[in-house]
Amino acid sequence: MIEVKHVRKTFKVARRNAGFAAAVKTLLHKQFETVEALKDISFTIPDGEMVGYIGPNGAGKSSTIKIISGILTPDSGECNINGYTPWKHRIQHVAQIGVVFGQRSQLWWDIPVIDSFELIKDIYRIPESTYRKNLQMLTDLLDISEILKTPTRQLSLGQRMRCEISASLLHNPKVLFLDEPTIGLDAVSKIAVREFIKNINREQKTTVILTTHDMQDIEALTQRIILIGKGKILLDGHLEDLKNQYSDQKELIISYSGKSPQLCHGLHIIKQIPGRAELKIDTQVISVSKAISYLSEQTELTDFSIKHTSTEEMVVKLYQEFAI
Amino acid sequence: MKSYVSFFRIQLTAGLQYRAAALAGISTQFAWGFMEILLFSAFYRADPNAFPMNFSDLSSYIWLQQGLLALTASWFIDTNILNTITSGNLAYELCRPINLYHMWIIKNMASRISKAVLRCFPIFIIAAMLPAPYRLSFSPNLFTFFIFLFSLLLGFLLINAYSMLVYILTFYTLSPVGVRIIWLAASEFLTGALIPIPFFPESMQTVLKFLPFAAMQNLPFRIYSGDIAGTEMINSLILQIVWTIVLLLCGSVWTNRMLKKAVIQGG
Repeated sequence: MIEVKHVRKTFKVARRNAGFAAAVKTLLHKQFETVEALKDISFTIPDGEMVGYIGPNGAGKSSTIKIISGILTPDSGECNINGYTPWKHRIQHVAQIGVVFGQRSQLWWDIPVIDSFELIKDIYRIPESTYRKNLQMLTDLLDISEILKTPTRQLSLGQRMRCEISASLLHNPKVLFLDEPTIGLDAVSKIAVREFIKNINREQKTTVILTTHDMQDIEALTQRIILIGKGKILLDGHLEDLKNQYSDQKELIISYSGKSPQLCHGLHIIKQIPGRAELKIDTQVISVSKAISYLSEQTELTDFSIKHTSTEEMVVKLYQEFAI
Repeated sequence: MKSYVSFFRIQLTAGLQYRAAALAGISTQFAWGFMEILLFSAFYRADPNAFPMNFSDLSSYIWLQQGLLALTASWFIDTNILNTITSGNLAYELCRPINLYHMWIIKNMASRISKAVLRCFPIFIIAAMLPAPYRLSFSPNLFTFFIFLFSLLLGFLLINAYSMLVYILTFYTLSPVGVRIIWLAASEFLTGALIPIPFFPESMQTVLKFLPFAAMQNLPFRIYSGDIAGTEMINSLILQIVWTIVLLLCGSVWTNRMLKKAVIQGG
């Protein structure tokens, strides 16, 4: 159970104008601005849930992850994760969580990956049998047995990322925080990583919080999303509901033989060539099924397909609506 | 405890990989040691009575210092730890269920030891084979040698506790360069790494004796050749223990306080 209540965090950021003169001026008088990274963040996540934590760049996603993983101390607010306050009981708290920061590395640069794993085993005091079992499972699922003996510095980004994820899971964490876990991965690796995350969530009931800019990650993994912008939580709901809410326009592609159909209110043409048309349906005016039956009365429909709003488009709409 | 042991082990094995660096280090330290000995022998020839130390004791002091440079040099800072702070990789270090101060001091010790192990033996062996006043001579007796080892161990702890303060300072300044240059140049001088402390003016020596710097390398190296013995040795050892505890405690408390305010750099 993850409970976050009214968490606030501000940062002091040094700012100056570009150029040499400004740099000299800064030497004498350094100017700081206080940036409110998080303003009153609250949410609750039950055990075993997978949640997508999304928002544009600089919204406060990573700051939230850092606070709930015990790395940053917030200015105020409460947080309770399985009985611990992360920043007060850091050591007990981090023993039961796993964190992947997509942009950083936890593996020792100059030594083979397996040595890093052994060290992690000792740091987390993982029993030998559990370690063997998890290592076996992770190497199989993420296909890393070949690269375990290679020093980290000689791995490609995708290979390293898979090792990073494995490293974060060796100790059976109850909660997993993933901060952009698929950054820079190729399609095959992305799918492998997603499948894997789904798997451990299903089998070990691991709670997963995922921040990402890749909406396919969100779509593949999570049902619930939390949208954060400018340090505030703007939305917290199910992906499907949001999609329905934000996809009031659907695209309909029809092929027909016969004369081209007349359009009614709520239908707009995007593109038309003889025998084929792409239409936009405003679902608040006319439902998809009505539109199809209307069109089939007009002409002989040979084929049709409906394009849903993608999650990507929905998110763009969300960002626009909240002006973030 | 086991986690610290394996942490130590992995740092040690990682550090033992750099053979070329060790070879370069050995030759540098030989060159440096010879230069120092030649320089001091010129002074000694000019006026042996003005010399505060026995010349062969001084030679031993210099060779010990060169051989154990990685263990006792105050300027020796683990750049990995500094990078961890300035790049923000600290985030991962803080995700580990171990005390950060302990983890880093162990890391620092391991990287010093791994460097020293590769370098000290060739230096000691060759330095011991040099002609009489210039060579590394053995302690006057075994007892003195064991006290030396004990004091060296304490000095090693002390110097690591001291290095930790430099790392913590980096949290405030971010650029490690400025801190390193000023702080470390001063301590290099005060520990007696450039000129052994007996060569300092009387008045400075009386003050220096009570500072932690004198206990880092000056004390063990002078115990080794019997230059410091008897009550003076016991008093200095007590002071060394006190400073070690004080610096360890300060660093540990300071780290915990600083972590409350720490910012992870780079998103």
